[in-house]
Amino acid sequence: MSGAIADAFARARARGEGALVAYAMAGDPDLPRSVDVFAACVEGGADILEIGVAFSDPIADGPVIQGASERALKAGSTLRRVLDEVVPAVRERCPQTPLVVMTYVNVIMALGEERYAKLARERGVSGTILPDLPPEESIDIRQAFDREGLELIPLCAPTTSPKRAESIAKDARGFVYCVSVAGVTGMRSQLPADLSERLELVRRVSPVPVVAGFGISSAEQARVVGAHADGVVVGSAIVRAAQADGPSAARQVCADIKRGLKR
Amino acid sequence: MDTKTAPGRFGRYGGRYVPETLVPAHQELELAYAEAQKDPSFGEQVAQVLREFVGRETPLTPARRLTTLWGGAEVWLKREDLAHTGAHKINNTIGQVLLAKRMGKKRIIAETGAGQHGVATATACALFGLPCEVYMGALDVERQSLNVFRMKALGATVHAVESGSRTLKDAMNEAMRVWVAQIHDTHYVIGSAAGPHPYPTIVRDFQSVIGKEVRTQSLVAFGQLPDAIIACIGGGSNAIGILHPFIGDKNVRLVGVEAGGHGLDSGQHGASLTLGTEGVLHGSRSLVLQDEHGQIMEAHSISAGLDYPGVGPELAYLAKTGRVEVRTATDDEALKAFYEVCRNEGILPALESSHAFARAGELARELGKGKYLVINCSGRGDKDVATIAARGVPPAIRLEGA
Repeated sequence: MSGAIADAFARARARGEGALVAYAMAGDPDLPRSVDVFAACVEGGADILEIGVAFSDPIADGPVIQGASERALKAGSTLRRVLDEVVPAVRERCPQTPLVVMTYVNVIMALGEERYAKLARERGVSGTILPDLPPEESIDIRQAFDREGLELIPLCAPTTSPKRAESIAKDARGFVYCVSVAGVTGMRSQLPADLSERLELVRRVSPVPVVAGFGISSAEQARVVGAHADGVVVGSAIVRAAQADGPSAARQVCADIKRGLKR
Repeated sequence: MDTKTAPGRFGRYGGRYVPETLVPAHQELELAYAEAQKDPSFGEQVAQVLREFVGRETPLTPARRLTTLWGGAEVWLKREDLAHTGAHKINNTIGQVLLAKRMGKKRIIAETGAGQHGVATATACALFGLPCEVYMGALDVERQSLNVFRMKALGATVHAVESGSRTLKDAMNEAMRVWVAQIHDTHYVIGSAAGPHPYPTIVRDFQSVIGKEVRTQSLVAFGQLPDAIIACIGGGSNAIGILHPFIGDKNVRLVGVEAGGHGLDSGQHGASLTLGTEGVLHGSRSLVLQDEHGQIMEAHSISAGLDYPGVGPELAYLAKTGRVEVRTATDDEALKAFYEVCRNEGILPALESSHAFARAGELARELGKGKYLVINCSGRGDKDVATIAARGVPPAIRLEGA
């Protein structure tokens, strides 16, 4: 494995830490202020930034990110504006941190997958997560991304069979995003008991790092999950904190989680 | 013409764009449905319930006064309004709930727009003893209070969805989100011939009973297949149900009518086949109403069942290949047609079906005398009377009635 994402995981590992992938919504509360949230996440210790691009019909997201999506759309966020205004500004403030875009397949299709891949790569995006694009539907998009060296990061779910998880992991680019709970994004007080087992299974076969996401919001959860993964994704907790108390609250959430990821 | 070019694909349209968590459930459903289709006892069971409980077959009724009024083809009505619960939706819910039971599912969830699909799902659940949760846009909860009452009376829980446009598309988003969290023991009964594979195929197959009956009935009633069939299209389940069995009959014109809302130029309509562009919504690639950035637009129709910004992938394919002709009718035209059908035939059609009636007169005249036109009267209008009464009687109708 090579590239900015791999380097970020390697740096975290060298420091004896699990990596923190921090998600926030571009354009929430507006485009410039969302840049402050991303920068704050990096100040709090985020190793990779996941830049949410709003979609009107986010079927994989829970209420916190749905709300952020609605606010971002009201503020005029579009994929094109995120690539033109948010991504370059974040890159400038956090030059070391790999950026990953997370949105829905229709948003990418509307811009055109090849055009998107080219623009994203030019502006310094390393990868893309599309939660409504299972492997069966992803062949064309992945080819377009591969041509630009943009990594299409696959998801694995609690309902994914071991055999299917193995084939998803073997083909993965960037990292494998293991969804920790059968459900939508959002904070949970409890994570499933078999999560560690599933993470280990994917890790055994995956050529790239494996992270767990969905439902993780505390240092303790990060510590438990981080023992079986290369890192965690935190989204709703950051989005909620940033909405309530601004970028410094997002920084605090990241710092807390990062404490849990120390080994 | 076989419109199925790949499993779950209709030309470029269809597929299964869902979160990974849902993929195994769709594969399980696909497999269970394939097995059920191979099992003659399943088909017999569905047919028996449709006969004994739903009241199939529904009549093919001559519309003599409309025929005279329009002065063209002889007009016949396929009376899905006479199916139990008052619309075609029950054909699909009986089939899917029986399938869910066969799969050992413990609970049913559904989305609904006008509430007909919710009522039909709640009915099937009551009949077969399964708990039922229905997701409905908060706006639709307000404008379809009769159906909300019916669902609750049947024992279903109705959840008002406050997100987005508070209509059908948001109800479908919410039902999908809930399903992701309850995937192990819950079946999601999708009511339209839309959504991820295998739903468009399953819904089409269960609804095709409409068109199959029309084939036999028309031979008995007027000794030939119809020259044209017309149906309204929102997501498209009644349309694909009546049209699909005739796709191979080149001499039968197939016509769909979309919601023109306030007019195609107004930006407030539900005409996704007419003005939509290719996109992915609710798990399938089809024609959708969206802006240049890929954000789904809010559809509008006076009919809560037609204000959906997407359409089933098979209909998108049939429309693009020209096999299905697509027209639109505005809110006002649908209202006018509603009264026309009431006063000439003694039938209160649903506002959805009124869209088909609104374009049927022209089609009858285009076809001319000696031809036969079948209109799918997909549901009855009782649920819409508050909406219709609030609009007042259109002036043109008032004159005719005076």
